[in-house]
Amino acid sequence: MSREHDTWKLGKHEFTSRFILGSGKYSLELIKAAVEQAQAQIVTMALRRVNEGGLANILDYIPENVMLLPNTSGARNAQEAVRIARLSREVCGSDLIKIEIMRDTKYLLPDNQETIKATEILAGEGFTVMPYMYPDLNAARDMAQAGAACIMPLGAPIGSNKGLCTKEFIQILIDEIDLPIIVDAGIGRPSQACEAMEMGAAAVMANTAIATAGDVPVMADAFRKAIEAGREAYLSGMGRVKEKGASASSPLTGYLQD
Amino acid sequence: MSVENHVNESILSEEIKEHQKQNRIDHMKYLPDMEDIGSEIMDRVIREMNDYDYDRYTAEDVRNALAHEYKTPEDFKALLSPAALPLLEEIAVCAQQEKQKHFGNSVWMFTPLYIANYCENYCIYCVFNCHNRIKRAQLNFEEIDREMAEIAKSGLQEILILTGESKKKSNVEYIGEACKIARKYFRVIGLEVYPMNSDEYAYLHECGADYVTVFQETYHSDKYETLHLAGHKRIFPYRFNAQERALRGGMRGVGFAALLGLDDFRKDAFATGMHAYYLQKKYPHAEIAFSCPRLCPIINNDKINPMDVHEAQLLQVVCAYRLFMPFASLTVSTRECDRVRDNLVNIAATKISAGVSTAIGEHVEELEDKGDAQFEISDTRSVKEVYDSLVQLKLQPVMAEYLYV
Repeated sequence: MSREHDTWKLGKHEFTSRFILGSGKYSLELIKAAVEQAQAQIVTMALRRVNEGGLANILDYIPENVMLLPNTSGARNAQEAVRIARLSREVCGSDLIKIEIMRDTKYLLPDNQETIKATEILAGEGFTVMPYMYPDLNAARDMAQAGAACIMPLGAPIGSNKGLCTKEFIQILIDEIDLPIIVDAGIGRPSQACEAMEMGAAAVMANTAIATAGDVPVMADAFRKAIEAGREAYLSGMGRVKEKGASASSPLTGYLQD
Repeated sequence: MSVENHVNESILSEEIKEHQKQNRIDHMKYLPDMEDIGSEIMDRVIREMNDYDYDRYTAEDVRNALAHEYKTPEDFKALLSPAALPLLEEIAVCAQQEKQKHFGNSVWMFTPLYIANYCENYCIYCVFNCHNRIKRAQLNFEEIDREMAEIAKSGLQEILILTGESKKKSNVEYIGEACKIARKYFRVIGLEVYPMNSDEYAYLHECGADYVTVFQETYHSDKYETLHLAGHKRIFPYRFNAQERALRGGMRGVGFAALLGLDDFRKDAFATGMHAYYLQKKYPHAEIAFSCPRLCPIINNDKINPMDVHEAQLLQVVCAYRLFMPFASLTVSTRECDRVRDNLVNIAATKISAGVSTAIGEHVEELEDKGDAQFEISDTRSVKEVYDSLVQLKLQPVMAEYLYV
């Protein structure tokens, strides 16, 4: 499959890039170069960082040709997330919203229960809802049922750069949930992003690993290549492929007759 | 060095020595209007501080601590010990890495605004103390508005409102009105005022404040008693529990500090960290902040100094906080000079004030009735100058990362 035709969807939006770039933790003037090297079509941004009229407004630094994905970071429960989401629609004019709800300042682990509640409310209001979650199959099913457009399980705690600590559970989500699975948080190296894509993730989101690299644009480029390589490996049928067109089944045991 | 012998002579004047001889109220007993929420965390922190024998730790303990991904209280003890001082470069490298993991290169900027310097306390090292003959002042609401409008022009979006500790002169309603005015100009409003009850914190939260900082000064209660001779502040446990009452009142974050140099700084820094540690465990949603002030000269006593807390020890404390609670906000004081401050934010701190005056009514030129400053600031740079020097350090100044919801 040529890369142009290998698209994926979030609600009504269609993308070819499978690399979602975070915008926090950077020098603002590096964001543009990172986006260009990443060839990212989606850039996440904490609404609480938007600083209209003030010094160093992040909105002034995100290139116009990408889709903004505002997140609700700072929300501690569903109610706060819903309020931030509504505000973000006004400020950013985007129906995309990434739900981040944390009741823990130490590990910043997402609260799945509150996230399910917020997903239901916001999907009902017409948002394209992207819930960031701890990879739990039951919670993911509830989020899908509540109208989520994708599921965003964490690989490891935010900022930890530890990679796919939750690999087994992310694989379960990839196998069982009929929505794009976007691995978010904890990806520290291009090789880890590549592995997530080999597993069948629809996309990878990364921030800290790129933002804290010695050379930000070069690291963004390295991630892009790794994500593309992982995607192609997945499509090539290197391992467990969830959906594949016609292919010979049982090449070794096909001779069996009785 | 035993704690009992640890007296910072630079604070004491003849007048203060006389006052210290007089009878004083029991500093461990709550006054009638003070809400008592129990002493579970305080007892634990004080017990562990008393047990902390920092001379026991070796360079190997420090290296082991650095190797641990999540630092334990035992690691924190090692990092604050004298054995850690020769390893300061290694420690600083680890602290910087940890800071980058959690905050990237972001540094938050804010400015404090002193709206009154009336005070009912008698803290012998503080210029605002009720016996000190200084010029007192309190801004009215129109003046507060003008000061804030002036500050907002600089581009800052976070303000810290301070008063002296006089509940009579600066009552809760007065502070509440100041918060409401601040909401017109700023996105983040912090308070550094006298400790109050949880319902009063809830009221100020409704008025727009979301962060409360209370300096315990020293966690050694007997020493505390000899330094805080009169006023509400004298009541040690009421002050200790202020952050918890603030969280119960709905505040989003709380700040902690020991005034380094008042007493044994290693024990005080340890207690400060453990205070925050246990509170965050009990209230996991609480945002935690540390400040790291050192004693400095005041009007009418220019010989006050931080004694054995030199720049190296200050860096050691800042790095120990960063490594023990990597997710916490860490503010560097304007008491320090620009060289020290720039390096501290580059290594471990995340927050820096700019365009600071600790006097009353100094942002607008024509305001009269100015009150004297709390302390002499070393870093007199404007917002623009601090902003530019952060950018030069390849740090990203952030004006606010906050939504009041």
